[in-house]
Amino acid sequence: MRFLIIVVLSAWLANPAFAWEFSGEFSVETRAFSEDGTRPGAEYRANVSAFFEPEFYHSWDDGRQSFTFTPFARIDQHDGDRTHFDVREFTWQYAGSAWEFRAGIRKVFWGVAESAHLVDVINQTDLVENLDGEEKLGQPMINFALIQPWGDLDFFVLPGFRERTFFSPEGRPGFPITLDDKNPSYEAGNGAGHVDYAVRYFKSLGLVDLGLSHFRGTSRDPRFLQERRADGEMVFRPRYDIVNQTGLDFQVTTGAWLWKYEMINRFGQGDRFIGLVGGFEYTFSNIRSSGIDVGVLAEYNFDERDELALTPLEDDVFLAARLAFNDVPDTVILAGAAIDRETGATFLNVEANRRIGSRMSLDVQGRFFLNVPPSDLFLHGIRNDDYVQVGWSFFF
Amino acid sequence: MTRTLLTIALFAATASAQDRGREIAAEWDKRDSGWQDQVAELKMILRNSRGQESTRVLSNRSLEVEGDGDKLLVSFDQPRDVKGTNFLSFTHISGPDDQWLYLPALKRIKRISSSNKSGPFMGSEFAYEDLASQEVEKYEYEFLGEETANGRPAFKVKRIPLDPKSGYTRQVVWFDQETYRPEKIEFYDRKESLLKTLTYKGYQQYVDTVWRADEMFMENHQTGKSTRLLFTNYQFQSGMTDRDFDRASLSRAR
Repeated sequence: MRFLIIVVLSAWLANPAFAWEFSGEFSVETRAFSEDGTRPGAEYRANVSAFFEPEFYHSWDDGRQSFTFTPFARIDQHDGDRTHFDVREFTWQYAGSAWEFRAGIRKVFWGVAESAHLVDVINQTDLVENLDGEEKLGQPMINFALIQPWGDLDFFVLPGFRERTFFSPEGRPGFPITLDDKNPSYEAGNGAGHVDYAVRYFKSLGLVDLGLSHFRGTSRDPRFLQERRADGEMVFRPRYDIVNQTGLDFQVTTGAWLWKYEMINRFGQGDRFIGLVGGFEYTFSNIRSSGIDVGVLAEYNFDERDELALTPLEDDVFLAARLAFNDVPDTVILAGAAIDRETGATFLNVEANRRIGSRMSLDVQGRFFLNVPPSDLFLHGIRNDDYVQVGWSFFF
Repeated sequence: MTRTLLTIALFAATASAQDRGREIAAEWDKRDSGWQDQVAELKMILRNSRGQESTRVLSNRSLEVEGDGDKLLVSFDQPRDVKGTNFLSFTHISGPDDQWLYLPALKRIKRISSSNKSGPFMGSEFAYEDLASQEVEKYEYEFLGEETANGRPAFKVKRIPLDPKSGYTRQVVWFDQETYRPEKIEFYDRKESLLKTLTYKGYQQYVDTVWRADEMFMENHQTGKSTRLLFTNYQFQSGMTDRDFDRASLSRAR
């Protein structure tokens, strides 16, 4: 880690010409919950939170080299664990003629699906940011990418594991169980100091975009060990195993159809298991010359781990619609539902976004938990945490 | 007999009008080649019927591809909420284009469908197909005559998009007689009525061959809205390659 910081800083300091680009986002979010919280300290029905994410960017050497620094900080009214700081990016990048080298803290995205990101294993999920799991923590890495006519081949060395962020007992939404997340268990003897490795191949073949990847290291998603603490309370302790995961993802793009598929095979976390997500997206564009696009999505999620899966998507169908007005303020409305085929438990998600002027935007999100049976471990605890969030963002 | 002759003569005239129209378009395409690669900064000023304006700033890189459509990389800078979003397109003379979008917040590259031709680009009066690379093979032509456009003698050519997904039944293009550059285009919608007029302004010649306008002004006659596209800092032949138009560049471009 210290080595990475030195590499990035010396690459940047070695260059005397400073032409900084400074940009970023500041956002204030207010949440209103439909019911009182049930956990002690979480009885409130309104919450205010704010985040700040500036980006410092500098490029030189005719654009071949660049340095990016993106810190992130959030303050939350009630959830002490949601109040957090992270370095999303602190990267030096060098682009050669048939290769690229990137060192530092970065975010990397792999995959094609919308309802689950199975093959996407490099970065840890910053779960307190958003229940949808789309937000990620910065990951220290050295990444060498070969860019060849036969495809892109990326090698990653990942020193330094990041623990998943969890809501505090006072957080909403939150878990009904007591998490011992400040005291995780590791399979690796050196815990978070274990160095992980990954490799990914990518190639675009006409209509098909294909990715193949392998990861060896500390699993980003933990299992939970049920333990009795010294004070007698039953707690769930995150357990991070060493896993080997092979992933396949591809998308076929034909006309207005996008066919998406992701599959993983993971060893090392209990029995070997398979997880997959597959489906389609179809867009009706410029309907009746109104400029409006309507996209419909359907995906199926399957996870062999069944009830023990930490993912709420073990045998689920995901249905969604996206309405893009393509107007001057870029108004977009999204609605999606993940439905458990066995229990009927449904996670409903509605989002709308619109720009105000040229530097602000308004974002409304609703998260609803419907038909949740007590057997659905993941959703049952948060079934009373339905909320609507209104966010206002300022961009600079 | 007379009638047959007349029909033949008429057919010949139509055929020759088609050939002539196609020749003019092909001549423009020929003259507009050899620039190899191109960079430009773009400012888009959107104006609604009440005169309210909003601005977009983007930069545009393109690469000439031998025997196929151009490669294009667009980086968005303003409005600020879309800053860092990049768009990559491999256009093809025949068949659909390959397009990818880079979303900076998630560091995600998404392959997107290129079948939306007629929808508005960033809320402007330009449809995607108006900004796509204008391949000769994508239209049927008819020469309509000679007329003055932007104060210069021009060839008036009707062209009919072959793509059934096009938002237009036809377009009328005025090509400058001396340089063959387009001076004005009228767009007719699916109901055959005049929808928009595009006017090219402030043409300048670069690298001794190609002509580029400093401004493209698109006026929508049905809504009263308009969009001005202002180009600055044109650069040509800076030695870009396929490497500047790949996924790694897509996620890096500014």
